[in-house]
Amino acid sequence: MKDAAMVNVREKKLGQATRDAYGDVLVELGRENPDIVVLDADLSKSTKTAAFGKAFPDRFFNCGIQEANMVGIAAGLSYCGKISFVSSFACFLTCKGYDQLRMSVAFPSANVKVVTSHGGISVGEDGVSQQSIEDFALMTALPNFYVIVPADGFSAKALIRQAACHKGPVYVRCGRPKTPVIYDNGVRLQMGKGSILEEGKDVGIIACGLLVYEALQAAQILLVKGIRASVVDMHTIKPLDTDLIENLARKTGALVTCEEHSMYGGLSATVSQAAARIHPVPIETVAIKDTFAESGAPEELFEHYGLTAKHIVEAALKAVQRK
Amino acid sequence: MRKDIIRMLAKSKSGHPGGSLSIIDILTVLYYEFLRHDPKRPHWEDRDRVILSKGHAAPALYAVLAHTGYFPRETLLTLRTLGSILQGHPDQKRTPGIEASTGSLGQGLSIAIGCALAAQVSKKDFYTYVILSDGECNEGQTWEAVMSAAFRKVDNLTAIVDLNAHQLDGSTKEILNMDPVPDKWKSFGWAAQEIDGHDYRQIIDALSWARSVHGKPTVILARTVKGKGISFMENNNHYHGVAPTPDEAEKALAELEAKTF
Repeated sequence: MKDAAMVNVREKKLGQATRDAYGDVLVELGRENPDIVVLDADLSKSTKTAAFGKAFPDRFFNCGIQEANMVGIAAGLSYCGKISFVSSFACFLTCKGYDQLRMSVAFPSANVKVVTSHGGISVGEDGVSQQSIEDFALMTALPNFYVIVPADGFSAKALIRQAACHKGPVYVRCGRPKTPVIYDNGVRLQMGKGSILEEGKDVGIIACGLLVYEALQAAQILLVKGIRASVVDMHTIKPLDTDLIENLARKTGALVTCEEHSMYGGLSATVSQAAARIHPVPIETVAIKDTFAESGAPEELFEHYGLTAKHIVEAALKAVQRK
Repeated sequence: MRKDIIRMLAKSKSGHPGGSLSIIDILTVLYYEFLRHDPKRPHWEDRDRVILSKGHAAPALYAVLAHTGYFPRETLLTLRTLGSILQGHPDQKRTPGIEASTGSLGQGLSIAIGCALAAQVSKKDFYTYVILSDGECNEGQTWEAVMSAAFRKVDNLTAIVDLNAHQLDGSTKEILNMDPVPDKWKSFGWAAQEIDGHDYRQIIDALSWARSVHGKPTVILARTVKGKGISFMENNNHYHGVAPTPDEAEKALAELEAKTF
């Protein structure tokens, strides 16, 4: 058997950052639908909503550094028939706008799309204040919200398009860095349905966001060790594709969840809860432990905080052992 | 209207009489004299919007909505009971005529700006009113919104602040004195007018004035009396969030029977 480190893993082809994909698709959507309005809190160059602002200045509202007020304005616009896209960094919008997201958006099930950028620790050098590791927990706790985490540019565009058509609140977490390409153009993705990327019977790896690529790499390493892994891109954390979780748990008998988020309240919590209820199997978690991260290059942070393919392999081996 | 507020609060045994009684005159004038609305078509696109940001005064708004025909008056007595369309605080999904689900203070002005901007984007001429409490002006979000509306010159919007000089824990002067309130709004770029919020003539004049101002948002700062109309409730902060007992309700109704406003 070859050494894991020697395995020639899937070639890493870098594509668009999910935030760039958002910026592009937003302009397309704006052209197609005059009811789409966009709000930002003085970060439009980073969240990539600036292109929409340039193309449709009458439907773009830069609210200044006022996340709470911005969410309220977005809500008011939606009550009067608009489809509001509201953007800032994930940590600022979900934390500073939370009561507004709860009362003005989630409670009345307002047609507001909360699309954030700079999710997770892949923000990198800017450090803790800009790194969102609790947004899945916050947003899945709000009734009526869908919670979506695209893995690459292509899936970001496809899922944001579907979010725009969905009548009700949707949270989409985008990220700062360029993403490894996961999907070929033309692949059909469906909001609310996980995408099976690899099929194997020994362990089911369920990932979202940047961890999808790491999971695919891990599957290759596991194959060399004689373990065949299924890999699922669970881009929609809520509503969770529980049918897929059940099938995967029944087929593989061991699961691993992988996310760029705290181990509490995110994909791990949601999947574990579903599996425990439907078909309990050993589950291992690859996520940020109960800690804040720090400044550093994104890849260094992934290594340090345990979010790489290597960590997924370790978790998968442990899960398989526990069967 | 006042009688209905007392009746529904006494029946539900909980709720906020003080702030409901301080705003009821303004709501009455607004709905009967100024609002473009159709109670039979609560979702009519071109209706004027009223956002009750001080959501705890819901009983006052419910009374007005019932009297203007959004739902039967009998419904008022279901306030705060399981399954009722009349929740403890406004719920836009349950109650015809309620435009925003409020109750967490500080959110209404932002929502109102959103409604006013939607009218501008859609080139519609509906108008937006938002009613705030003075205690609510403690909230940072209120001032974010005050700043934002003035910067955007949102002139299809009028804020009405119910200055009843009290908040839950005591008088506004004791808890977080914001005087001089009018100067604060003006300095942020709003056109402001101070009135007696129980004087119908002044309310009508101020609401007319508000519609005539162009190029900036307008605020009507209404000096009111918390618990207005019922002698033992007036300026008595006990009745901020405590409903009248059956005896008190009877006394209050007798007082209201004996006088008109």
